[in-house]
Amino acid sequence: MSRVRGRARPPVVLVLPAALGLAFLLVPLVGLLVRTPWAELPRRLVSAEVGEALRLSLVCASLATVVCLLLGVPLAWVLARADLPGRGFLRALVTVPLVLPPVVGGVALLFVLGRRGLVGEHLDAWFGVSLPFTTAGVVVAEAFVAMPFLVISVEGALRAADPRYEEAAATLGASRLVVFRRVTLPSILPGLVAGTVLCWARALGEFGATITFAGNFPGETTTMPLAVYLALETDPDAAIVLSVVLLLVSVAVLAGLRDRWLRGVA
Amino acid sequence: MRLLAASVLVAASVLVACGNAEPPDRGGGRVTVFAAASLSGVFTKLGEEFEAANPGVEVVFNFGGSSSLAQQIAQGAPVDVFAPAAPANMRQVVESGDVTATPVTFARNALRIAVPRGNPAGITGLADFADADAAIALCAEQVPCGAAAKAVFEAAGVTPRPDTLEQDVKAVLAKVRLGEVDAALVYLTDVRSAGDAVEGIDFPEAGRAVNDYPIAPLADAPDAAGARAFVDFVLSDAGRAALTDAGFLAP
Repeated sequence: MSRVRGRARPPVVLVLPAALGLAFLLVPLVGLLVRTPWAELPRRLVSAEVGEALRLSLVCASLATVVCLLLGVPLAWVLARADLPGRGFLRALVTVPLVLPPVVGGVALLFVLGRRGLVGEHLDAWFGVSLPFTTAGVVVAEAFVAMPFLVISVEGALRAADPRYEEAAATLGASRLVVFRRVTLPSILPGLVAGTVLCWARALGEFGATITFAGNFPGETTTMPLAVYLALETDPDAAIVLSVVLLLVSVAVLAGLRDRWLRGVA
Repeated sequence: MRLLAASVLVAASVLVACGNAEPPDRGGGRVTVFAAASLSGVFTKLGEEFEAANPGVEVVFNFGGSSSLAQQIAQGAPVDVFAPAAPANMRQVVESGDVTATPVTFARNALRIAVPRGNPAGITGLADFADADAAIALCAEQVPCGAAAKAVFEAAGVTPRPDTLEQDVKAVLAKVRLGEVDAALVYLTDVRSAGDAVEGIDFPEAGRAVNDYPIAPLADAPDAAGARAFVDFVLSDAGRAALTDAGFLAP
């Protein structure tokens, strides 16, 4: 086969599975929209429970993203640039929560940060702080699951960035922190933004770790995914409405950020 | 190119095969039972006894939330026997015509207060559930154990202050077992199944919300004879003994 330049007309053998793949991903979402009781949507949306769950979801996902940025960006820098032994192994460990079933993550968090957990026991005894069943617990669970997404994106961007600019800045007398802030960060901005969005979206959809570690209480720990799950038990229509809201919020944010920040970035 | 075409063919045939997947035809020899999660312990044991008494017959269980199971039956899941934790879920299945026999109540379950071993918070009764300092877990009102909990709190005139509303009774029990909560309301049978990790405390209002467990063979049971036999086995003396052992009350 000859190599085609520019915009290739893809061969049929690729188009067919691609179309199937696209349908596989989109048809369930369309199915959800078809089953949505649109007439009821406004009434359901202003109901206290939905508003509360949505607000909590947005707040917790955003806080979790901030936590991930504060801890994840330095971690990504260490993984990409620092000269330390066993870096490959460390990188593999960082991605474990990415493939770990979230409910396992929740169990692990419970055994470490729970009231009787390794660390949680002391937090409770010394400071009277207990994370399960609190909004802070939701943020912890979401950050645990979402952080690898950010770290991987940022690390990839750091590896792709040209280190010569940093070297030049250093030669011109900039301190290492100034180099990081003024040269490194701007050069990886698209990757950083993409990672942040991905991290936020993952946190927004978090279910397994949240319900296992943080529990479920309206206004404090009931995020949208938990509300969807419980609504399905008794009121499937309510579950659909909640799902559609979550879907629209996710799509809107991804689309909005993409247009604004990621134009031209693959 | 050829490889690609071949893989596309394989992928397409897999997709087609999935689309055509019909429930395997399995007549005699295999009884499929959909039962409430709270029955998992005792039914697993009964299933083994049933298999021992009927060589060549296999009992397969699907344990889960009663309303989810009812929905799966409504969607056409091939089931022989249905045993939910609440008459409402059975009624749902009867009304849709999936059950034509008269369901029989074979067991009852009442709520009990569960506290971690040693009762660290010194819980004595339902009134302690109103204490803001105590960590409390309850079932969400959407599931049967949560509805029962609501009924006993109303009967007792107590406004509980739960810290978490779990999606099923086993999740509540797990939080007690781990010591993450000071008190919870679960079924008698759950306290019994948790062994030494959990202590149970009786309360006078428990009789105000007792769950009935109905059982019935399905109208379209792939193994009608097996379905009938399993229901009879659950209702037999051996079945009753196993249920009482597990902490269920006689109907």
